[in-house]
Amino acid sequence: MNPVRKNRLRIVLYIVFGSSLAAVLGLMALDENMNYFYSPVELAAGKAPVDKTIRGGGLVVVGSHQRDTQSLANTFSITDGQAIIKVHYTGILPDLFREGQGVIAVGKLNASGELIADQVLAKHDENYMPPEVEGALKQAGHPDYSSSSSPATVTN
Amino acid sequence: MIAEIGHFAVILAFCLSLVLAIVPMMGSVLRQTLWMAMGKPLAVGLFGLLLIAFVSLGYCFATDDFSVAYVAHNSNSLLPLPYKISAIWGAHEGSFLLWCLMAAGWTLAVAVFSQSLPRVLVARVLSILGLCSVGFLAFLLFTSNPFKRLLPHAPIDGRDLNPLLQDFGLIIHPPMLYMGYVGFSVVFAFAIAALLGGRLDAAWARWSRPWTTIAWSFLTVGIALGSWWAYYELGWGGWWFWDPVENASFMPWLMGTALMHSLAVTEKRGVFKSWTVFLAIATFSLSLLGAFLVRSGVLTSVHAFATDPERGVFILAFLLFVVGGSLLLYALRAPTVQSSTQFSLWSRETLLLLNNIVLTIATALILVGTLYPLLAEALSGSKLSVGPPYFNQFFPGLMVALALLLGIGITVNWKHSRLMQLFGYLRWALLGALVLGSALSVWHTQGWLLPVWIGLVVVIWIALSALTDLFRKLKHQSSLWRGLRKLTLSYYGMHLGHMGFAICILGVVLTSFYSEERDLRMAPGDQLQLSGLTFTFMGTQQVTGPNYKADQGEIKVTNADGDVVTRLYPQKRQYQVQRSMMTEAAIDPGITRDLYVALGEPLGEGAWAVRVHYKAFVRCIWLGALVMALGGVLAVLDKRYRRRRVVVSNEQTAETVYSHA
Repeated sequence: MNPVRKNRLRIVLYIVFGSSLAAVLGLMALDENMNYFYSPVELAAGKAPVDKTIRGGGLVVVGSHQRDTQSLANTFSITDGQAIIKVHYTGILPDLFREGQGVIAVGKLNASGELIADQVLAKHDENYMPPEVEGALKQAGHPDYSSSSSPATVTN
Repeated sequence: MIAEIGHFAVILAFCLSLVLAIVPMMGSVLRQTLWMAMGKPLAVGLFGLLLIAFVSLGYCFATDDFSVAYVAHNSNSLLPLPYKISAIWGAHEGSFLLWCLMAAGWTLAVAVFSQSLPRVLVARVLSILGLCSVGFLAFLLFTSNPFKRLLPHAPIDGRDLNPLLQDFGLIIHPPMLYMGYVGFSVVFAFAIAALLGGRLDAAWARWSRPWTTIAWSFLTVGIALGSWWAYYELGWGGWWFWDPVENASFMPWLMGTALMHSLAVTEKRGVFKSWTVFLAIATFSLSLLGAFLVRSGVLTSVHAFATDPERGVFILAFLLFVVGGSLLLYALRAPTVQSSTQFSLWSRETLLLLNNIVLTIATALILVGTLYPLLAEALSGSKLSVGPPYFNQFFPGLMVALALLLGIGITVNWKHSRLMQLFGYLRWALLGALVLGSALSVWHTQGWLLPVWIGLVVVIWIALSALTDLFRKLKHQSSLWRGLRKLTLSYYGMHLGHMGFAICILGVVLTSFYSEERDLRMAPGDQLQLSGLTFTFMGTQQVTGPNYKADQGEIKVTNADGDVVTRLYPQKRQYQVQRSMMTEAAIDPGITRDLYVALGEPLGEGAWAVRVHYKAFVRCIWLGALVMALGGVLAVLDKRYRRRRVVVSNEQTAETVYSHA
């Protein structure tokens, strides 16, 4: 093989090796860091794994939000109209967190089926409903969502 | 009336863009000089009409014309005037009008500044840009018309601009970002025109370079502004979330960075031609993909516009047309492009190739992480998201690799360097980076941390290898000043860009590992010790703004000696029209650290949930980005891009080559 070809082959091999390595590592990283979304019904039915980071979403049940007076601990429940799941969260809630509003809680399920969240997401546009939550509400046949696709009615 | 003028101007602009897409292109095929010459006046007309439309919409905002639906949804009579103006691009329809205006602006710029280029090429480039405008304007007219009226039931007052957008950062963030996104359409058009003409050469790369670099500079500033805005306005104190919409802007940036470097090789050495063309197509496609992701409502994101699926389908179709069409052309034409020059393993060509590989891998992995949730939902119906840890697992490593390659890349010769000679040049930089990096990393009170050490070493490595290169360039000059003056602006631009990158890395590493943050309950008089400072909560009081009421906290910050460093006044605002709560963080900025305080919720008895951050060197992140962008601007100002006359004399020959191609 002439030196130019050899050189070129070497470069090509580096590229192939480098990109396959990156692909494998990337896919491994992806597999570890995927957070599945579960609706309250699915959570209540035990479909979600315990102790793995998941996302649970629904409407915050009116009257369910309780706050500890001496720390930043919060508990509230989320629902899709069929099941209710209790969420624990310590920290500052987002500005648009409100009872009756759609939220997504990211965290792990504990043994008693409650979601220990380390992040709570409420959208910054109050007419905007997270698509997952909207889908879950529709599927569960929530009265406000059975046919209409407009989420604006919930907040009122 | 004014809104109708705006609407009519957009319709006319759409018609003009159709003519622009067809006539000069046909002229270039049929050798009709007059048809080709129509490109410039059409570009002027297109821009003028869209400017009229844009000003009309601005007039509707300024005069509170709430019979226009878009104004009614995004403004209010109480909104301060500057925000009324910036509300033009505060939501989907208006921001897309701005997008179209900018596309027309870039088209006009090409028409004006390309006098020296071969006529056939200019005609084709303008036609392709016109075709892009056809797509954009059709989208604007048929799915997102900002001039739609709410008649006969016009509301008395508007629903107000989302309070998050009532902010200085948001006035300039979208225009900068769109300038970058749309700017990449120019290099895309050059690439497609070159493919059509079958002539990809050093001249093509030289014409494309300044356009790429300036678009890239805009995008850099746009992304940095977005990050800065998220930092102080969302009240979380974070500066990057790997949010899908952030990724949507970051991917074209990474590809654009690769493209700039690849263009350099194509211009100087005439290699990587087809790869460069591919990058040009990829960069613009990723810009469009970004638009699709943000505007189709398929993503869960802070930024996503709540929109109807029809828009998503439209952009997706346009995206497929652009990507499919250009890749088809690429597949047909690229194999005919041959590179004749060779280079050895230790050459600048190889190093820039490695730069491109690293950047491409980074982009590909981000693309996978961003699109995988969409793919998974389409295929299996399961809903999932990919968290920041995924991105953090590979991205820092790739950037370290990039930084290490950078130091070698700027010192190594084109074509061939002897390894020992290269090592001879760089050994002091290497040694200096290791010694200084180690010394600085143990200096901090938190002790030695491996990532900080790596970060400091690569930052110093970039700086010292640049100095080494500068020293080599000046060694044979009679005086330092004369030597410095002899170096070109693009050379300084390159180093400045790399310094920006280094400053950015420094900021990212230090803020990630030396910042401290605490969320806690604070009653009046409560104190918190953080990073050697004492934060005392003094209580809150009510204040009133033009269109909001707020609880304003006061937090006194004192140092170890008891001297007051600063007093911070974070606010919790309630905007009257949208009834929405907004956190307004209070920040004491500084190069080495930001003190960042935000109010959470009231907890009763005067106590509040308070977020207190000590952000080490966080400003270096945005400073670095600005320095990078400045480097890009310097490079574009280089006089070799302005050497009109020389190129004009070549036009005759260039043109004959073109017409035979």
